Amino acid sequence: MLSAQDKRIIKELQNGLPLASRPYQIMAARLKMPEEELINRIRYLKENGIVRRLGAAVRHQDLGFKANAMVVWDVPDDKICAAGNLMAEFKEVTHCYQRPRQTGWPYNLFTMVHSHSNEECVKIAEKIARAVGINQYNLLFSAGELKKISMRYFE
Amino acid sequence: MKIDQIDRKLLNLIQADFPLSPEPYREIGETLGINEEEVLARLKNMIDSGLIRRLGGIFDSKMLGYHSTLCAMRVDEKRIDEVAAVVNAYPGVTHNYLREHEFNMWFTLTAPSKEELDQCITRIKIDTGINDVLILPAQKLFKIKVNFDL
Repeated sequence: MLSAQDKRIIKELQNGLPLASRPYQIMAARLKMPEEELINRIRYLKENGIVRRLGAAVRHQDLGFKANAMVVWDVPDDKICAAGNLMAEFKEVTHCYQRPRQTGWPYNLFTMVHSHSNEECVKIAEKIARAVGINQYNLLFSAGELKKISMRYFE
Repeated sequence: MKIDQIDRKLLNLIQADFPLSPEPYREIGETLGINEEEVLARLKNMIDSGLIRRLGGIFDSKMLGYHSTLCAMRVDEKRIDEVAAVVNAYPGVTHNYLREHEFNMWFTLTAPSKEELDQCITRIKIDTGINDVLILPAQKLFKIKVNFDL
């Protein structure tokens, strides 16, 4: 269970780390706690998976990863764990989730593939399809980013 | 923005594991063979240019007690801007992408409770008049990797 102080730490961390020699000291002063205690608490939050990652979020489009496709797969229900774990092994796959099928939507496994071009994304999907042995899939290319922000919690 | 080899190394380093020590920028500089001032100056440049969206914590929304889902909407091409404005107005909509498919608008929605999540979806349907929405919450996570090898 998160304490009130944990929530304040999380709010500080989502505002960003100060660009200064002692960033944690600056944050700790705002939180009215010792620097060392703050560092230890962030480590605890990381070790327990509450902070998934501490560091930079980059605009990958600016770094040459200009294309992304959501590749959706229709996987037999009893094969979903094996397929998901196999797909997760591919370095080009950044996200892999099981999601529910719906009427008019037969796909139950979702992977995000990032690469330098749409053609490359197609090749990656073919490579994954061969490796996992799933032929029922579809690529949904990104046609434009309408919004991308980081979620703000406890506000 | 043009970045050089040191920027790339710096980005690789700080995407993965930002040091949890009193002087993290100095520590990063030591690894790269540059001083703390240069690390800070390079980071400031990359933040100002928007290449680094944020330097801070990325959280597991579920662990924070939040509920989230992926949604897909079938939107008439002529209504894209108008519908995007309605959808994007929700602070819990963090990503929204157009995709080449009959379901062409894909967004993620996060809320502090299941009830608020459902309310948001209902309101989006009412405000846009679009009922053709797929609600696709994650049932199992196999991978999430948000750092890129540069």
